[in-house]
Amino acid sequence: MSTAFVPVQALAGPRSLRLLSAGGWSFYTVAAVMLFIVLPVLHLVVPPDSALHLSTYWVTLIGKIMCYAIVALAMDMIWGYTGILSLGHGLFFALGGYAMGMYLMRAIGRDGVYQSDLPDFMVFLDWKKYPWYWSFTEHFWYAAVLVVLVPGLVALVFGFFAFRSRIRGVYFSIITQALTYAAMLLFFRNNTGFGGNNGFTDFKRILGFPITAPQTRMALFVITGVALLGFLLIARWIVTSKLGRVLTAIRDAETRVMFCGYNPVYFKLFIWTVSAVICGIAGALYVPQVGIINPSEMSPANSIEIAIWTAVGGRGTLIGPVLGAAAVNLGKSWFTKAFPEYWLFALGLVFILVTLFLPRGIAGLWTKTKKRI
Amino acid sequence: MNFFAVLARVITIAAAALFAISASAAIDPQAIRDLAFGESDAKLKAIGALAARGDPEALPLLQALLDGDIQTVGEDQVLLVKGGGATELLSGKTVSSLPESRDDIVINNRVRKGLGTAIAALKLSAPSRAVRLAAAKELQSGTDEDMLPAISDALARETDAEVKELLTLTRASIQLASTDKTTRRAAIRALGDSSSPSTKTLLLGVLEKKGDSFAEPDPELRAEAEKSLRAVEGRLAKGEMLGRVFSGVSLGSILLLAALGLAITYGLMGVINMAHGELIMVGAYATYVVQNLFRKYAPGAFDLYLLCAVPVAFATAGVVGMALERSIIRFLYGRPLETLLATWGISLILIQSVRTIFGAANVQVENPSWMSGGIEAVSGVVLPWNRIVIIGFAALVLLAMWLLLTRTRLGLFMRAVTQNRAMASCTGVPTRRVDTLAFGLGAGIAGLAGCALSQFDNVGPNLGQGYIVDSFMVVVLGGVGQLAGTVYAALGLGIVNKFLEAWSGAVLAKIAVLVFIIFFIQKRPQGLFALKGRFAET
Repeated sequence: MSTAFVPVQALAGPRSLRLLSAGGWSFYTVAAVMLFIVLPVLHLVVPPDSALHLSTYWVTLIGKIMCYAIVALAMDMIWGYTGILSLGHGLFFALGGYAMGMYLMRAIGRDGVYQSDLPDFMVFLDWKKYPWYWSFTEHFWYAAVLVVLVPGLVALVFGFFAFRSRIRGVYFSIITQALTYAAMLLFFRNNTGFGGNNGFTDFKRILGFPITAPQTRMALFVITGVALLGFLLIARWIVTSKLGRVLTAIRDAETRVMFCGYNPVYFKLFIWTVSAVICGIAGALYVPQVGIINPSEMSPANSIEIAIWTAVGGRGTLIGPVLGAAAVNLGKSWFTKAFPEYWLFALGLVFILVTLFLPRGIAGLWTKTKKRI
Repeated sequence: MNFFAVLARVITIAAAALFAISASAAIDPQAIRDLAFGESDAKLKAIGALAARGDPEALPLLQALLDGDIQTVGEDQVLLVKGGGATELLSGKTVSSLPESRDDIVINNRVRKGLGTAIAALKLSAPSRAVRLAAAKELQSGTDEDMLPAISDALARETDAEVKELLTLTRASIQLASTDKTTRRAAIRALGDSSSPSTKTLLLGVLEKKGDSFAEPDPELRAEAEKSLRAVEGRLAKGEMLGRVFSGVSLGSILLLAALGLAITYGLMGVINMAHGELIMVGAYATYVVQNLFRKYAPGAFDLYLLCAVPVAFATAGVVGMALERSIIRFLYGRPLETLLATWGISLILIQSVRTIFGAANVQVENPSWMSGGIEAVSGVVLPWNRIVIIGFAALVLLAMWLLLTRTRLGLFMRAVTQNRAMASCTGVPTRRVDTLAFGLGAGIAGLAGCALSQFDNVGPNLGQGYIVDSFMVVVLGGVGQLAGTVYAALGLGIVNKFLEAWSGAVLAKIAVLVFIIFFIQKRPQGLFALKGRFAET
């Protein structure tokens, strides 16, 4: 009976207001050394036949997982710290990816199948010139601006209307799900001008470098690593600030925060937009490494999976979601190779077991065992 | 010559003879004589007389005459030549050896035309519908004013709607080509009463401008045609509108079935059941299994399988739902967001289970024979039976739900818990049991929705995914706790969706509806029908 009346379970907030503890900084140093020195050397310098060589498969996989980890981090800021479960973060991820994809498509130039200035799918549709929203996308800087602006604006406008009318809880989750679903339908249309079903693929180069060359790959990998570590610090900075405390208060008792004289709308809107922008950047880093972006990234199922990465790692801790994203995705790539037909069973069980028995995720498990010792 | 060839020949001759005898039996020998030996005028008169009598036996005779199968010998024999033999038409006797000196009957163009008209007229009065239809179709291309009386006669007699419409159109197009102004005017006016799309084409043809001159030179008649065109278009639009409203109501009834169960569980427990779509799928697969059992063990009663599948689908989905509530969802009450994730996990497991058991491909669920076909409400708009049955079914389920909620003890408890769980618990309502039963009920209704869906949608592991977002939208729009909200929201969304679809395509319609909902809940965050009451949130 008791669980029914627990208002909102008390999740661990940041105990200290320091940016990072000593242990945290040393973790950071180790991670940075690994990312910026050890792994590149293993991939580029160690010969391929050596046991220590890091294969392209692993570089792509780790790069991909780091992108996912950034998304999980963004999800944690909005769900773990502010208590708003978004089932539409896949949309922001995909929007960032599409913005970058537009630049990458332009960068193909005349190397497509039809040797036209236009991307192959536009030739296929018999379009003669780029639609207006493709203008300037041949410039990398403009695409980079789009990566931030598009998800940010979508989140800002949607969030403003949603938070203003005090949509919250499962209602908000469902509406965000509908949002990403609608966007997916829109992007599936060929006439939307984003390649329909197939999306963007067959990229050739980025900023003039061939996109599949090991050096380019490694550069993207390191940039993703920098982004991940950077966003971890920024997130830490936000949640330990005074603003972060208000966010946690909103999560735990929104009505009381209002009675204290705060207007939760703008706090929520801020963190929601920041979270969306981070997701968009993750998407932009993801696309050149994986080499494809299509509307299935916006499917509701993908967005829910983001939530489970965060839940597995532990909400309300920043390192947790990063570990969660890594654990679930490593599991996924192992399962889909070893027992492809059982992956959905495993993922479904993770959803159920984590919510039932591990509400604080891996990070919670860690603190629990640490306490016991 | 071998035996079979001889036999075949004998049979042919015998058949021809029989045919000729029966044909000529009723026909006046004088008429035959006129046809065979008369001058063109006499021939035409005889043809006209035969056609006017509407005698079906005249048809083969005239057809033979047109085909050149009737020949004369001297001045007193008229032979109907078929195969190697012939029949003497005047006496009705079979002639086994054909005389050497036979003459063809001369048929000039005038007679040929008369013959054609008479044959068509006779065909139009044939007793078989298929013959009449074929004749009417034949008439559509290449007829002239001479056929008008025959067509008018046939129209007066005709009872079949399809033939009648063809004839009306043919008559009108002949009249429109007439040089007589009054005839044209009458035709244009008559066309205004029709409601078929081809009438519109005809009338547009009248108004067409060829170079500098109009197809219809008389401005008065053009105005008349305009008027008729508007009348026809209005009627067509009405038919189209009816069709669209119908498909909207049909979509709405499906959304209603899919959303009812969701609204109950959400209203009662604040739990969004992401596995609801998969419970729909379970119901559809239960229907599939029942169908297969009937096919195997009771093929004679196959048409009744659906009646048996309804309770089975309800029970299967209901049991699955109650089991889920008991084993998982129960432990997550008060944590709605986590419930959402856990039920999503359940849905993944259900999908994969179905894939493992039944395979990833879609399975075939057949309509019982009484559900195929449809009724034509107005010309051009066919309402399929399976849709009508499903609308009726949704209404029945709704009625049953309403009775359950308002007339039974369980319903009373459910309403009490929805309004105020703590207070209901204090007054002795076993809230836990009510939860389980309500969840089972919601799941069971999802099963019913699956049973209904299986009748026109593909049944596959992804069936539920396609409906889940839409049924959530119904719940969001309708609000919780009252059936009326769900009903209005489902029907409204269904109809609006179909109308937008006709206007902008399916995908944009869906997006427009979603955007509309997002703006709608700005005004009414609790949905169309919010429960009135005093309670502070958290």
